[in-house]
Amino acid sequence: MSKEIIKIQDLKRDFTMGTETVHALRGVSFTIEEGEFVTIMGSSGSGKSTLLNILGCLDQPTSGSYELDGVSVKELNKNELATIRNEKIGFIFQSYNLLARTSAIENVELPLLYNSKVSTEERRERAIKALEMVGLAERLHHTPSQLSGGQQQRVAIARSLVNNPVMILADEATGNLDTRTSYEIMSLFQELNEKGITITFVTHEPDIATFSSRTIVLKDGNILKDYLNDDIQSAAKELAALPVEDH
Amino acid sequence: MRLLNLLKIAFKAIVLNKVRTLLTMLGIIIGVAAVIAMLAIGEGSKESIRSTISSMGSNMITIRPGTDDRGPARGSGGDVQTLTLDNYEVIKEKASLLDYVTPVVNGGGQVINGANNWPSTIYGVNPDYLNIKVVGLKSGSMFTDAEVRSASKVVVLGQTVVDNIFPDGQDPVGQMIRFNNIPFKVIGVLEEKGENTFGQDQDDIVIAPFTTVQKRILAIDYLNQIVASAVSEDAAPDAVIEVTDILRSEHKLLDNEEDDFTVRSMEELISTFSSTSEMLTILLVAVASISLLIGGIGIMNIMYVSVKERTKEVGLRMAVGGKTADIMMQFLIEAIMISVTGGVIGVALGLGATFFIEKFLHWPTSVALYSIIISFAVCAVTGIFFGWYPAKKAAALDPITALRYE
Repeated sequence: MSKEIIKIQDLKRDFTMGTETVHALRGVSFTIEEGEFVTIMGSSGSGKSTLLNILGCLDQPTSGSYELDGVSVKELNKNELATIRNEKIGFIFQSYNLLARTSAIENVELPLLYNSKVSTEERRERAIKALEMVGLAERLHHTPSQLSGGQQQRVAIARSLVNNPVMILADEATGNLDTRTSYEIMSLFQELNEKGITITFVTHEPDIATFSSRTIVLKDGNILKDYLNDDIQSAAKELAALPVEDH
Repeated sequence: MRLLNLLKIAFKAIVLNKVRTLLTMLGIIIGVAAVIAMLAIGEGSKESIRSTISSMGSNMITIRPGTDDRGPARGSGGDVQTLTLDNYEVIKEKASLLDYVTPVVNGGGQVINGANNWPSTIYGVNPDYLNIKVVGLKSGSMFTDAEVRSASKVVVLGQTVVDNIFPDGQDPVGQMIRFNNIPFKVIGVLEEKGENTFGQDQDDIVIAPFTTVQKRILAIDYLNQIVASAVSEDAAPDAVIEVTDILRSEHKLLDNEEDDFTVRSMEELISTFSSTSEMLTILLVAVASISLLIGGIGIMNIMYVSVKERTKEVGLRMAVGGKTADIMMQFLIEAIMISVTGGVIGVALGLGATFFIEKFLHWPTSVALYSIIISFAVCAVTGIFFGWYPAKKAAALDPITALRYE
């Protein structure tokens, strides 16, 4: 049995809105093992954003337990959570969240800036390597405004890889991209997954889920379905099958 | 997180907003430059007063007649005739802390040489006068005690007088001139002393034996002043007390009566003038400090905007591992960088302004090292003080909310 990256048990999260209590998560349990490519699906209000925040150590559950790479997250304080995020998680956002007017390489270096164990030279080296992995070796010094949406998301992916995290956590990472570019990005994710990187991908697009190895569907704060995908589609093939646009 | 990284981040943020940062700095720059220049002017005038007074003889003690407090209206000092030649002689005889003493009688009049004339002041003194005033002779000689006793009609001229009544540049020594139509023989010329801080020409002077001036020009038997020099600068305050005691007993004043004369040392004069200029300096610096304060508020304003504008960035930094302290330090260092950079430019500008004031306005200036250090410290403190609140605000953001902020 391979290593458990995420282990959550009976996870609950309540929000108090004035006098009302909203149960965003009503007892969710699952385990994600190393090397899995999991999509978490659900319509808005299903609790998927709340789950994502907790998985990303940005939020704490009201009750239940969450272990990330063997560390129980529940007992950690704000600064310890920051360290966990820095060392174990790579974030990818829908709107890329790159620093404006800052070169691709400096954007990728950002997480390492907060890791005092990494020297300046090593930081640069690892940033270049990460950008090479996402196919942007030629655009190290381009700023976000000089890059297309797909390229910007690639920079964001490189940024998520640079810390050698145990898991990449993507939040609607293809939400802002057209079909062609989002297939390109998904094919990149599949490539990375084949290299053994664990990916948790939150989305509401069903076709994205067909590229993953496992899908968890949430509804009203509970798990509706949790199934392994026997027929994983190759994003690269889908991409090739797309009609060529004539410009 | 390493400090160097924080510095880099802050530097980057500043460079990305050059114009805005420069405008923010402007308040600090002007404030610091103003403080430096004002202090330099204040310090300069203080020093120049001190040096002027010292050049007049720092050991000098001046005794003037007091005001007349008999009758309803007080007269001004000098109008009354409480100082006499006897007083002078007693002081000369009894005072142990004095080196030189001279009576002084003075009056205005016209100095005439042929067709040239010049209004000046004649001072009747004894030969000690030169030692007290610390002035030498450029040519000729000083009159002697014998000439004082015989009330000889001899004078020593200041350079300004010489320039005006001997315009051809001929040697005045040995020439006959007239002061208020009384003929005098010129026996010497004083060394030039130039103007003092108060704009008074110290060379516009005619010196003659006091006996001559008393009898032949002013026709008085009292003295306008007695000036003396203490044995040393340190002894001056004690000498003042000694002279006061001598004169009180000489004037037969009762314990409850006020002095009918004043005794002043140069030290007192220096502190009197210094305190005036010091007060002015404090005022100037206070005004300059207000602009520094306003500059600080400007920084706070821009940092506040900056935090608001970069909410999403803060969220991202937190998501990728920025700790509360890291975020706080980032914005704090940015604020300090702005204010300290402003301070450096301000110091440079202040020094430049000081240089121009000295060069073109000919005001005496003196830049004190402490003024630079203080302005610098104030800048750093301003940065910390006004950067603190916005930085704290940034660090307190919730990463989830910050990430979703639009």
